[in-house]
Amino acid sequence: MNRPQAKLTAGIDWPIFGMYLALVFIGFLAIFAAEYREGDHVIQNLLSQNKNWARQVLWFGVSMVLALGIWLTDSKFFTATANLLYAFGILLLLVVLAIGTGVKGSNSWLELGGFRFQPAEFTKLCTNLALAKYLSSMETDFTKMRSRLIACAMVLIPFGLIILQDETGLALVYLCFFLVMFREGLPGILLVIAFSAIILVLSALLVDKYVLLYVFTGIAALVVYFMRREIRRKRSKLMMIIGVWAFCSAFVMFIVPFAFTKVLKDYQVRRIEVMLGKENDPKATYNTRQSMIAIGSGGFWGKGYLKGTQTRFDFVPEQSTDFIFCTIGEDFGFFGSLLFLGIYVALLFRIIFIAERQRSTFSRVYAYGVASIIFFHLAINISMTIGLAPVIGIPLPLVSYGGSSLMTFTMLIFIMLRLDADRQMVLR
Amino acid sequence: MSVFNQPRKRVIQLICLSMVTLIVVRLFYLQVVETKYSKLADANAHLRKVIYPSRGIIYDRKGRSVMRNEALYDLMVTPRSVKNIDTGYLCEVLGIDKEEFIKRIANARMKEGPVRPSVFASLLTPEVYGKLQESMYMFQPGFELVLRPVRSYPYGVGANVFGYISEITPGMLNDSSGKYSAYQQGDYIGMTGLERTYENILMGQRGIQYLVKDNLNRPQGPLENGEFDTAAIAGKNLRLAMDIELQLLGEKMMKGKVGSIVAIDPQTGGILAMVSGPTFDPNLLSGSYRAKNLGRLLTDTVSPMFNRAISASYPPGSTFKPITGLIALDEGTVGPEFGFDCRGGYGNCGRFSKCLHSNVGHASNMRNALANSCNAYFMHLYRLCVDNKKWGNTGAGQAKFVSYLNDMGLGRRLGVDIPNEKSGDVPDTARMNRRYSGLWNSCSEMYVGMGQGLLGLTPLQMANAMCIIANRGFYFVPHFVESIDDDHSGMLKKYKEKHRVANISDDAFSSVVLGLEDVVTKGTAKGVQIEGVAVCGKTGTAENKARINGQTVQLKDHSLFVGFAPKDNPKIVIAVIVENSGFSTTYAVPIASILMEKYLTDSISPKRRLALDKMIEANTISPEMKAKSKLDSLNSVSYMALAGDELLRKIIAK
Repeated sequence: MNRPQAKLTAGIDWPIFGMYLALVFIGFLAIFAAEYREGDHVIQNLLSQNKNWARQVLWFGVSMVLALGIWLTDSKFFTATANLLYAFGILLLLVVLAIGTGVKGSNSWLELGGFRFQPAEFTKLCTNLALAKYLSSMETDFTKMRSRLIACAMVLIPFGLIILQDETGLALVYLCFFLVMFREGLPGILLVIAFSAIILVLSALLVDKYVLLYVFTGIAALVVYFMRREIRRKRSKLMMIIGVWAFCSAFVMFIVPFAFTKVLKDYQVRRIEVMLGKENDPKATYNTRQSMIAIGSGGFWGKGYLKGTQTRFDFVPEQSTDFIFCTIGEDFGFFGSLLFLGIYVALLFRIIFIAERQRSTFSRVYAYGVASIIFFHLAINISMTIGLAPVIGIPLPLVSYGGSSLMTFTMLIFIMLRLDADRQMVLR
Repeated sequence: MSVFNQPRKRVIQLICLSMVTLIVVRLFYLQVVETKYSKLADANAHLRKVIYPSRGIIYDRKGRSVMRNEALYDLMVTPRSVKNIDTGYLCEVLGIDKEEFIKRIANARMKEGPVRPSVFASLLTPEVYGKLQESMYMFQPGFELVLRPVRSYPYGVGANVFGYISEITPGMLNDSSGKYSAYQQGDYIGMTGLERTYENILMGQRGIQYLVKDNLNRPQGPLENGEFDTAAIAGKNLRLAMDIELQLLGEKMMKGKVGSIVAIDPQTGGILAMVSGPTFDPNLLSGSYRAKNLGRLLTDTVSPMFNRAISASYPPGSTFKPITGLIALDEGTVGPEFGFDCRGGYGNCGRFSKCLHSNVGHASNMRNALANSCNAYFMHLYRLCVDNKKWGNTGAGQAKFVSYLNDMGLGRRLGVDIPNEKSGDVPDTARMNRRYSGLWNSCSEMYVGMGQGLLGLTPLQMANAMCIIANRGFYFVPHFVESIDDDHSGMLKKYKEKHRVANISDDAFSSVVLGLEDVVTKGTAKGVQIEGVAVCGKTGTAENKARINGQTVQLKDHSLFVGFAPKDNPKIVIAVIVENSGFSTTYAVPIASILMEKYLTDSISPKRRLALDKMIEANTISPEMKAKSKLDSLNSVSYMALAGDELLRKIIAK
């Protein structure tokens, strides 16, 4: 910005831009493959916009306009408006809660003159900006408990609002900001505790609660036995062990059953049970089963582009949005999937690399946020198509069909590119 | 601050990498290690469609096709595609009401689901098809007409020989032996007659076409451009020994009579005609009204579906006498010159059994005894055979006598190539013991010698036994199919095998043959004489008792004729039985003579035409039975019945 005469593309990180284009193009190919039938008039479909792939082309055009707009914006604009945008995002979420339109069991959509728009997608960007702004401000000392609580609250407010919209999947993505906070100094023990909690929840779901009670008691007894010297020295350690034991036991005995019967919706309970293999209801398992058949039948080399029978003949549901990876898995096989995942990993590592080269905390936190969001989307989406996670509808970044999703990720990435181009500036 | 947490970058990279690794491992398992998914995908997306070949045709000995494959149509419905149609009009065309329409749609939905076609109305009559075809555009895409090949029979004869085809039954489909594993529900299969015996040959080989389908089972086109498809191979044709005109003539003459005709070419064993009266038009069991007609035929009082020629057993009466003679000669018990001093009856067993003749010398040798049909002579001959010291005792003698009968194909199934053949009855040791509580001697069943007593033969067995005499000692297993086009099945091998059962000198044989010739030239079968042809034969009048309301009642005798012609180069052997018709000269002899003349000279002499008309008109079925039978009205509705009459006129006029 110091040199107004500079080329338009000056300072752009070409690897990121290239991988962005590659993923969008792969996405287009996959959506096309899922919908195309022999004898379709491609030009006619494109003009009449009656197919998802045709609309995705339009969304890509819109995204490019947005990207150009962002690229031409001054970096300071983003720091300046971060909090405002966050407030606006929260407001949108509240509006959606009040007047949202339902699509497939969730109320997260807003109708704007014929276009449907999902604020929960957009708020990710706002939250990322606001978190970066907060963590980079001079007043924030992230070693203090108070700052950490405020940062957590900034993430958990949209998380809660989106849960209320029945978009559990999108809400879960907000937890990715804890990864950012970990990078910025949140104690690692929190990650360990979170991991243990996941193990605890899974075992509570999979194993009989009385068996678990015995196991916990046994472990506690062993720990007490081996730590008897330290305990003799320090009574509080015994209290802590008993505390952990009591919490774990109470968790499996009361909290999980309570959550399953009172808090979670029926369909959510069923999906979790299906994923854990506890229920064999063919209707509930249909999506995952068909998705696994499609991917599994791809073999090592795949069936070839437009040759996949499962995706082309509608066996896989939601195949241009949430289950878009099926098309890639079936048509291009293990080899293609590996290359595809390789692009994502390269993108993530490049973003982390960019993050670490920033001079300003704002840019670094923001870039980490982008990496975390993409990582969470990727991990959850692909895990769900291959039966590793329950079916929670979140899109595959830049690949799945959908305007809100494509535009949000475009903005996330191009703001980062803009910030990176100006990395010599110190932004607050 | 950032500097302090620099190593955490590594942790975050590690988290990303380990997650992606987990995904890659899982993908490797799904796509490379586990193979079931590609099978499941094929099961999802592939549709196996069976292509039906055209069924083989059957030709008679002169290459005339006795049946045709005709095209009828099924109306198929795809319930989900039925939209905005004039239901009322469709119902009117099909002749059903609205409730029936709804019921059938519901049925179709249940059977094949809402998006796959299933039968709405099967084998439409030509009229309904005509109307529907014109207005089909109104009912599409929910309804469509699908071609179904059906048999039709231009001569309208041979129903019990050809058999019929129909949809495979659930019982057959559930058969655990795997015999029907190649069939699916809705497939047609031969149920009786030749259609059943030669099912594998007539059916041909089904083709398989693989299609790809979508999630709603809708076909989307061929799989891999038809690379895995196999073409259907048409069924092979059968060529019969049967003369279809002879068959037609026989069936017309057996109209209104209960009984049977079997004509065999003794030099090959090929069956020239097989009639079981009363019979029915085979077209009744093919096409639109099959199920309805089948029910009527099965319950008709005159049992038209019972093939008397192979399933009914009759006392052979006098026609058995040549066989008794043959056994005695072959055993060496007596020579052809053996005579018996019959004085009008047989008294050697304590009771006196009457004989038709009493003049001296009417049984002075075997030839005379046959010509005069002497009862006493053959009863005596039977006793001599059984009591022959050669066998040790009477029991062994009886067993030997029965084993002769078995060799000649009596008392066991001959192995003709249509199902439901019965073995008939012979007086074997077990049956004798049962009848006489173990205490019997050669006198007990002396009537067997003259063809009565514990003896029951199928008309086919009678004809076959006469083949042995005509051939001077051998026979071929009687069969319909002479050859199969392009045959590799080996099914006909057993019919080419010559069975020699008697080793008698020509002299001895000629005494039997001459005796049979005498029957025709001067005896009971004068009516069978054909100009320029030496005919041999034996009439029979079989006594016939039945238990009615707990009392044994003597019914009117069965009239029989079994014979062959020409004497020295036999071309046709014929057995005719007309139940309860009295003396054989009335029906059995004229019927046999007309058929032999037709076969040997391919014409019917003017002097016999009167007899022919009489035979066709005559009715020997009891009025009570006839009154309850619907067979005649059934036969007359068949659209082929008239064609048969037309043909008959042509045959007679020749």
